[in-house]
Amino acid sequence: MEDTAKIQVSIRLYAGLRHYLPDLPLGKPTLLILPTGAAVGDVLDRLGIPREETRSCFINGRQRDHDFVLSEGDEAAFFPPVAGGES
Amino acid sequence: MARFLRVNMTDGTAGYEGVPEKYSMMGGRWLTSTLTAEEVPPTAHPLGPNNKLIFSPGIVTGSSAPTSARLSVGGKSPLTGGIKEANAGTRWGQQLARLGIKALIVEGQPATKGKLWGLHVTNESVTFFPADEFAGIGLYEVYPKLFERFGKKADIMAIGAAGEFLMTNAGVCFNDQEGRPSRYAGRGGLGAVLGSKGLKFIVVDGTGAPSSIPIANKELFDQGRKKLTEALMSHDITKPKGGLNSFGTAVLINIMNEAGGLPTRNFSSGRFEGAADISGEALFEGNKQRTGKELYNHACSPGCIIRCSNVWHKPDGTEHVSCQEYESIWSFGANCGIDSLDSTGELIRLCNDIGVDTIEAGVTMGVAMEGGLAKFGDADAAIQLMHEIGKGSPLGRILGNGAAFTGRALGVVRVPTVKGQAMPAYEPRAVKGIGVTYATSPMGADHTAGYTIAPEILGVSGKQDPLTTSNKAGLSSAFQSTTAFIDSSGHCLFIAFAILDIASGFEGMVEESAGVLGTNWTADDVVEIGRKIVKTEREFNLAAGMTKADDRMPEFMKYEPLPPHNVVWDVSDEELDSVHGA
Repeated sequence: MEDTAKIQVSIRLYAGLRHYLPDLPLGKPTLLILPTGAAVGDVLDRLGIPREETRSCFINGRQRDHDFVLSEGDEAAFFPPVAGGES
Repeated sequence: MARFLRVNMTDGTAGYEGVPEKYSMMGGRWLTSTLTAEEVPPTAHPLGPNNKLIFSPGIVTGSSAPTSARLSVGGKSPLTGGIKEANAGTRWGQQLARLGIKALIVEGQPATKGKLWGLHVTNESVTFFPADEFAGIGLYEVYPKLFERFGKKADIMAIGAAGEFLMTNAGVCFNDQEGRPSRYAGRGGLGAVLGSKGLKFIVVDGTGAPSSIPIANKELFDQGRKKLTEALMSHDITKPKGGLNSFGTAVLINIMNEAGGLPTRNFSSGRFEGAADISGEALFEGNKQRTGKELYNHACSPGCIIRCSNVWHKPDGTEHVSCQEYESIWSFGANCGIDSLDSTGELIRLCNDIGVDTIEAGVTMGVAMEGGLAKFGDADAAIQLMHEIGKGSPLGRILGNGAAFTGRALGVVRVPTVKGQAMPAYEPRAVKGIGVTYATSPMGADHTAGYTIAPEILGVSGKQDPLTTSNKAGLSSAFQSTTAFIDSSGHCLFIAFAILDIASGFEGMVEESAGVLGTNWTADDVVEIGRKIVKTEREFNLAAGMTKADDRMPEFMKYEPLPPHNVVWDVSDEELDSVHGA
């Protein structure tokens, strides 16, 4: 079945990343349908966010790298390097 | 020539003395903690005649070093019963430094209680003035009157009504660059120590003093200053239009909320559904809507190049309050279930006016809500309770004494304190390293004392998983030592974000201090100095009667799982005891 090849993930953008989804109210999520096996980095690519603009990616409250594979129902939140990381 | 200024409140006299050689390298927290350890009997009553209150600018304060207007205030804490250093960013400290005053020491106690005094310190004289006419009046009304009397070139230290009432949450207030009573050396109730000595104001005017403190090795100092400035200007957190400059410390609200470590409704959860409404982004947007401008670059003090402070505005565009910091917004916001910046703004303004620390006051409010004095989320009730503190009513005296005291009065078990001091805005069950700092810092539950949030949440100085316990003792210990030196240098702690990631920035801080003093310190030397400061503080606490039992977290955190990660506090006692070694 087609449905089993897809997952639904909720996305929140914060601080200087918000302009990538300008109509999304602060703190509210948008939903993305992704192919099974999609990783954090794929979400960024889909939203047109350059990968180097995010260094803090929270998935279900835990920080993950760009190659972390997502699951159905995951809640993702992205912050720009306001939140640190090496320059 | 650097001097100490001793102010004797028993005799009503003040006089300068030379600086003994053993103190000649010291400044800031190094000096306040060393002098406290040497001159205050550890078993002294904090509100009695034998406690002292010591003001000391940092080593480079009063020079052209960037972001260096920090002042340490230290003594024995009426709140914790142990040693305390509280810290504020204000021109007051720079003026003191340029007048050549390494430490201003307030000691003794008037025989007759009830009279209040101020001290006026200038290049020419040190004079007392009566201050009874200002008793009990809100500081927003008092400061303009004092500036009118002493002039705009002066800077003013004050205690509010809370300090006069000897409340153990009384803070020490300083003015910001626009004259607001808004920059606090808040923690640990040091305002009550001044209240117990009858000293309500210290007005400092450095007119006629040199424009910089003396610098022994100008070349080394300038080299260091350039390196540090470059680091601050390039790091994503500290740079212009970077994280702190754009959204202030409140940028952390959404970050900690996503991490599941934002203490909510008296530390009963790590996530608040209203977090976005009280975040740094909301602050920026709200100000933009209400004033028509994008507001950046509010600095608490001259020479700061990070400029993370803010001024919050009312719907009609007029000023409401400065400053809505992460900690203050959190303590009255998420921790009280309140989701409005107008409400947190008013509560912060009341703290500034009455003279209490916002972290302790907000956690007290959360405990009061848990204890049934108000419903979580009821901002109006919270505001009424704050007014009780200002009035000094019996209820106000309970609340003004902080979270632990209020918890005991109301029979609340869930009281988030260590050594009697309220925990700040990071849930230790969800961020284990900061929990180690809360438990083991000689300061009590204190986030700045060993800010492991840097690696655990922000990816600064490496990356650490906040939910694991391994190596957190070592991490906290290292942070505590380095921080104790930064607190002595006179720099704002926020330089740590840049200098822990950029090695040349760290070198810059060391070279500045070495340049001022004419030493040849290395990075290892300053970390060792920091380690010794913490050791001195810990020894004072042990002599004051504290034991290992005081380096522990509240019991409820061990058995109550914290949503959303459903974690408990599980760092072992052995690991906690390993922080300070044998």
